[in-house]
Amino acid sequence: MAKPTTRDASTRGVDTAPEQEASTAAKGPRPFAKLESPVTALDDRVGLAALGRKNLRKVFPDHWSFLLGEVALYSFIICLITGVFLTIWFRPSMAEITYDGSYQLLKGLHMSEAFASTLEISFDIKGGLLIRQLHHWGALLFVAAMFAHMMRVFFTGAFRKPRELNWLLGVGLISMGAVEGFAGYSLPDDLLSGTGLRFADGMIRSFPLIGTWAEFFVFGGEYPGELIISRLYMVHILLLPGLLLGLVAAHMALVVYHKHTQFPGPGRTEKNVVGYPMFPVYMAKAGGFFFIVSGVLVLMATFMQINPLWQYGPYNPAQVTAGSQPDFYMGAAEGGVRIMPPWETYWFGLTWSWNIFIPGVGILGALFTGMALYPFIERWVTGDKEEHHLLQLPHQAPTRTAIGVAAIAAYFCAQLGGANDLMATHFELSLNAITWFLRIMIFVSPIVAFLVTKRICVSLQRRDNELLTHGSPSGDMERLPDGGYFEHHVNLSDDEAFTLSQHREHVPVEASPSTDAHGVRTKGGVSKNRARWSRFFYETDALKPSAEEIAEGRAHTDHENAEHGHGELTNDDGGEHGDNRELSNR
Amino acid sequence: MNFLTSRRRHPLARPLMLVLALFLVGVGYMAVAPAGKSSAETEVARQVTHGEELFTVNCASCHGLNAEGTSQGPSLVGVGSASVDFQVSTGRMPMAKPAQQAPRKPTKFSDEEIAALAAYVGSLGPGVAVPEPEQYDTAGLTEEEVAEGGEIFRTNCSACHNYAGLGGALPDGRYAPPLTDVEPRHIYEALRVGPQQMPVFSQENLSDKEVRMIIAYLKDIDAQPNRGGMDLGGNGPVGEGLWAWILGVGGLMVIAGWIASKGARAK
Repeated sequence: MAKPTTRDASTRGVDTAPEQEASTAAKGPRPFAKLESPVTALDDRVGLAALGRKNLRKVFPDHWSFLLGEVALYSFIICLITGVFLTIWFRPSMAEITYDGSYQLLKGLHMSEAFASTLEISFDIKGGLLIRQLHHWGALLFVAAMFAHMMRVFFTGAFRKPRELNWLLGVGLISMGAVEGFAGYSLPDDLLSGTGLRFADGMIRSFPLIGTWAEFFVFGGEYPGELIISRLYMVHILLLPGLLLGLVAAHMALVVYHKHTQFPGPGRTEKNVVGYPMFPVYMAKAGGFFFIVSGVLVLMATFMQINPLWQYGPYNPAQVTAGSQPDFYMGAAEGGVRIMPPWETYWFGLTWSWNIFIPGVGILGALFTGMALYPFIERWVTGDKEEHHLLQLPHQAPTRTAIGVAAIAAYFCAQLGGANDLMATHFELSLNAITWFLRIMIFVSPIVAFLVTKRICVSLQRRDNELLTHGSPSGDMERLPDGGYFEHHVNLSDDEAFTLSQHREHVPVEASPSTDAHGVRTKGGVSKNRARWSRFFYETDALKPSAEEIAEGRAHTDHENAEHGHGELTNDDGGEHGDNRELSNR
Repeated sequence: MNFLTSRRRHPLARPLMLVLALFLVGVGYMAVAPAGKSSAETEVARQVTHGEELFTVNCASCHGLNAEGTSQGPSLVGVGSASVDFQVSTGRMPMAKPAQQAPRKPTKFSDEEIAALAAYVGSLGPGVAVPEPEQYDTAGLTEEEVAEGGEIFRTNCSACHNYAGLGGALPDGRYAPPLTDVEPRHIYEALRVGPQQMPVFSQENLSDKEVRMIIAYLKDIDAQPNRGGMDLGGNGPVGEGLWAWILGVGGLMVIAGWIASKGARAK
């Protein structure tokens, strides 16, 4: 990129507009004639042509799952736009006033300015309720789509080298997105958001030793204080959106820099990207998708009520309501706290309470720490130091997929705990029974999920191997004269066979001997511990057949089809086909 | 000769005098004797007898033949007629089967039968009586008073019954029932007698006026239109999160599949 941007007269001619027009006019109609003058002006000043040539022609691969990240991006943009509207009317103050607005069921009540202005947005500002609901649905979709995108990246192995850094940026985006959502949920100062804030207060206080001081620091005194709304407002509209925007930009810049991963297939290698260029194909597709995401969100905001805070009433620390839950991305922490047994210890004459800290801080902490560390753990275990631009199908990495599903199972148990009261009333269950069930399942379900997922993945690997060596069933059943049945198999096309067998195969690393031939202790190498983990990771994988095995299997399938298809039977494969008989000609 | 003297030997004079005398005696008696009470007493006695018959048939197997209570059900001596009116008219009693809590269901009894049962149990010992309509009538409350009823509701009731009176879970399979479509009389009675898991809210906790304000608030939120679209079952953020995943992520995944399969694409 260090090339000077001065134009070379020999390749482009002396740059005078009439001459250019004359030269292009000869070639036929110019659909973008009107754009030429401003585009040239921009090119003169910022080197648009060089930028555009590089980026507009950038090739992206095509797969529906690559659009999940776009859903997150677009819902974030929608939150930014609707958020600007809401800031015009929202007053982030905890000053107490008497409500005199148009919602008569709260008339005359004392409430904070924040809640009163949220009611004003909902009832008195034109379009306010729609925009508020759009903002809230957008926020839910933003975090949900980030989780879905993260799962796609995890299960296809897209986080592997060289994309570990981008994975970390993604972990930062999800965790900050969740905090951003929580800050927004707390701003209206209604009974539900105040209860949520009380929960956050409890989590802050649960930190051993520093808890109380941290609470006083965050709330500017004892909960709830009079500052938290304006502080959260700053966090919600300035600090976190700024950080999120910066991280989003870096995240996408890295996607461009690394180039997008692609699923394996004929012609796709670690060194190329097969797809269509940014302009015009993806510009149209992505632009259209933005409008679709907006449309879906507007429909949801129009027809589906979200957070009817006028029913919750103004926040009052003396009140609470049944059915108080956080938005879903904090549900695991809430659920963990709900199913946690009341553990306390008495050390040095002090009470150390673990019943909030372990589930509340522990579950979210374990989730985000585990996510951040996973690529590095896997790299250490597998010893895989190569670059990967081709994705894996989930079953091609059974242990990783099983670890992911196990984590989802445990997370889901905690999440269910956050809805235990609703499950109790809706399904007529005992709250205590649900609590005990989840206390056990949060440990048992990951193990079961791990084993089941791994078996399914290995079975799918074996199916792939079966397809490679024996072809796929054709669906043509033939009844043999002696009453047996035979199904014809069709060998895979070369393209299909390539797709199924192109992947690099990994075997467990061997521990290097701890001493060399002279009995001297060696340095470096593979430790026994790492070899053990590597066996755990790769040992059960079904290895793909060798080229000879595939060739032999394909020949066998051809041979079998030839025999059965053309009626001449021999007894060489089992003898159950009987002696020579005429079979129907197909 | 005046009118009376000339006709005192008239054949009709005697019967007329008799009728007049009887009338005067009657009026005199009515003025002195507590006539109305005596007829009401017989009415109550009749009701109590009828109630006792109903009780023996429908309630005695759990509550005992004399309502003294058994291992299956508590004693009803001193619970008062309001308790019976609440439990029986909302269908909670008699229970269809043993359970943690008696569910609300259509009642099998007529109003007269319920009144008879209530009168019988009420006669067993002093307790909370069935309220008069003016005790739970919501007419005449100002908007501010209704809003304050909401505040009282959130302070005292929403912890179990939910902010919109949709009910909530309690330990061991018990629950606070929804308050939608509950008659004002029953809300009043429930507050005063504290049925099942519910605490008692006596006159000293909540005055009759405050109860009326709560009832008015509950009736008003029931009547409110669903602003902002369908209420998704009133399940709060759990329901919202579920729909964000199903319709938002799920729906857009379907559309993403459609987009990726349309137009120019890499084979």
